Amino acid sequence: MPYKRTQVLVCAGTGCTIGNSGALIEEFEKEIKSMGLDKEIEVLRTGCLGLCGAGPNISIYPDNIIYKGVKKEDVKEIVQEHLYKGRPVERLMLNESDQETNEIHDISHTRFYQKQQRVALHNCGIIDPENIEEYIGQDGYFALGKVLSQMTPQDVIDIIKESGLRGRGGGGFPTGMKWQFAYNEPGDEKYVICNADEGDPGAFMDRSILEGNPHSVIEAMVIAGYAIGAHYGYIYIRAEYPIAVERLKTAIAQAKELGLLGTNIFDSGFDFDLEIRLGAGAFVCGEETALIQSIEGERGMPVSKPPFPAHKGVWGKPTIINNVETYANIAQIILNGADWFRSIGTESSPGTKVFALGGKITNTGLVEVPMGTTLREVIYEIGGGCPNHKQFKAVQTGGPSGGCLTEEQLDTPIGFDELVKLGSMMGSGGMIVLDEDNCMVDVARFYMDFIVDESCGKCTPCRVGTKRMLELLEQICDGQGTMETLDELETLAKTIQDTALCGLGQSAPNPVLSTIHQFRDEYLAHIIDKRCPAGVCKKLLRYEINKDECRKCGLCARQCPVGAISGKIGKEAFEIDPEKCIRCGLCMKACHFKVIERK
Amino acid sequence: MKSLDELKKIREQAKERMAVRGQEGQEYRVVVGMATCGIAAGARPVLNTFVQEVAKEHLPVTVMQTGCIGMCALEPIVEVFDKDNQKTTYVLIDEKKAKDIVLRHLMHGEVIDEYTVGHYSK
Repeated sequence: MPYKRTQVLVCAGTGCTIGNSGALIEEFEKEIKSMGLDKEIEVLRTGCLGLCGAGPNISIYPDNIIYKGVKKEDVKEIVQEHLYKGRPVERLMLNESDQETNEIHDISHTRFYQKQQRVALHNCGIIDPENIEEYIGQDGYFALGKVLSQMTPQDVIDIIKESGLRGRGGGGFPTGMKWQFAYNEPGDEKYVICNADEGDPGAFMDRSILEGNPHSVIEAMVIAGYAIGAHYGYIYIRAEYPIAVERLKTAIAQAKELGLLGTNIFDSGFDFDLEIRLGAGAFVCGEETALIQSIEGERGMPVSKPPFPAHKGVWGKPTIINNVETYANIAQIILNGADWFRSIGTESSPGTKVFALGGKITNTGLVEVPMGTTLREVIYEIGGGCPNHKQFKAVQTGGPSGGCLTEEQLDTPIGFDELVKLGSMMGSGGMIVLDEDNCMVDVARFYMDFIVDESCGKCTPCRVGTKRMLELLEQICDGQGTMETLDELETLAKTIQDTALCGLGQSAPNPVLSTIHQFRDEYLAHIIDKRCPAGVCKKLLRYEINKDECRKCGLCARQCPVGAISGKIGKEAFEIDPEKCIRCGLCMKACHFKVIERK
Repeated sequence: MKSLDELKKIREQAKERMAVRGQEGQEYRVVVGMATCGIAAGARPVLNTFVQEVAKEHLPVTVMQTGCIGMCALEPIVEVFDKDNQKTTYVLIDEKKAKDIVLRHLMHGEVIDEYTVGHYSK
């Protein structure tokens, strides 16, 4: 039978692969064969649907039903009930049926997807990323065909400029202008680079695009090459993304085979080729000048700008560097026009943005919303709020270069300029939700620790300054901090912002300054009251047994790994020696009568 | 790749193969009853006939299966929903009748009276 009646799409992104989706594919194939359905039903791999927390996810077409958290044991039931007899297995379905009408909603109607609009992620989870024909089936490479057959390079640049597309890597620089600068440079040796060195903790937007729709990036890079007059490109990706690297390799090979990369593409006389350069996973290599150094085989360290890469980039030649998500928008803009793109999002930030939702959030995963959507909509309506009825405290955006936003700021529409105004930034799209159990000083310490690890060491403010900042934060967390410590921290932070060489160093103090600004009372609690309100900073915690209510059973003393609890069973109330106590909390868990308190 | 036409050819082939994933702008939804009674009465070849014909003709039609529709004696049962969710129920369908439904109902919008449940119960 040439056409299959049903297609089973198994997510093969990193998240679901960790959940063993590879074994599910084999199991499906086996079960489908054993039911004699293998000529009617096809099993395919696809990319990320966004609901990574619920994975492994499986979509079944044409029913448009998604099963979540599927285990190997469930496969037989799905095949026998759903695929054979047409009865969806409701207990595994993501799409809940409506209570009143008992109608089963398809995926686009679930709360998670209703407010989303997928532009950069438009093929993810729908096509097989390892099959170029499926990409072409969704109008893939038609933008390239249009560009090469009907447009001049300046036309291409103009449409990107008109669209108002801004760099999705974090800075928000207008992409069209970047291309114009490179186009204006003389010479015929220029380069196109894709920055896939996604390094913010908790961010995985670019990885998911490369895993789910690698051809969109390749197509856009060829278009960019034509626009600026380059014939060679590099995709700089970290070796820590093995699945994305494999998919890219497959995609490049397929594009070469069809002549969509190589010489005389679409008989236009235009040549373009590209290669993958693997990075070792250093955060600083996401900074464009360090990235160029790394591509050239040097140690990944930033150099001062100017000269900007558009003037002197890789091998000293004019170069444009764009982020993965920026490229993922290009073909869509060419096909649908600048006006279409401008109709999405806000005046100053058109289009959509992909966010990786993580932290204390019910629906951990990948979401794409039009700019101008409020943070509240993303966190509560799409993300489902904080789990376990905990109180929302803050959301961290922009990773180690960004800052925290509080409950009162949640109605801010998302946009590059709006978030900067509030002391945070868009960043590449990591969005970490924090609840009442998170200590903001500890969060600042975490990011500073990350920066100290990742600082390349070239300039003193970043190398020495961030280390000193970390020490000051540790003092505060340990209860050794004074008001002078806080002043010193702020002065140091401002000095580093003014004097560090590259973007990494200049933005490194942001999480600290932002938390001091928004949550000064928490810092003061650590410094003055020597208390951690969220109960995270171990040295400031004290476990105490309520002597009057102690039943003298001694269970806590038996659990204590360091023998810090003393008393006599049946005779004397027990007591914890704060000097010996390591604040592990085992005694509190052990006590049947709940008379041990954490203060 | 030498021309847009070449690319279009690949797109058409891929679209046919991926037809079951197309969801928006569908004119009709064909639902075939595939419970034990339906399968026993020959619903599988009927379902497959719909899938092949719809894909071959590039029709904006979704072909789906469902469980028992309730009139087991009249299986295979096929329900055709139009854009306004108006339902036509065809009963005792075989491969030949399925092809008729594709040609007359799905392509030309004509309800085939003699195959409907109404006609049968008269």
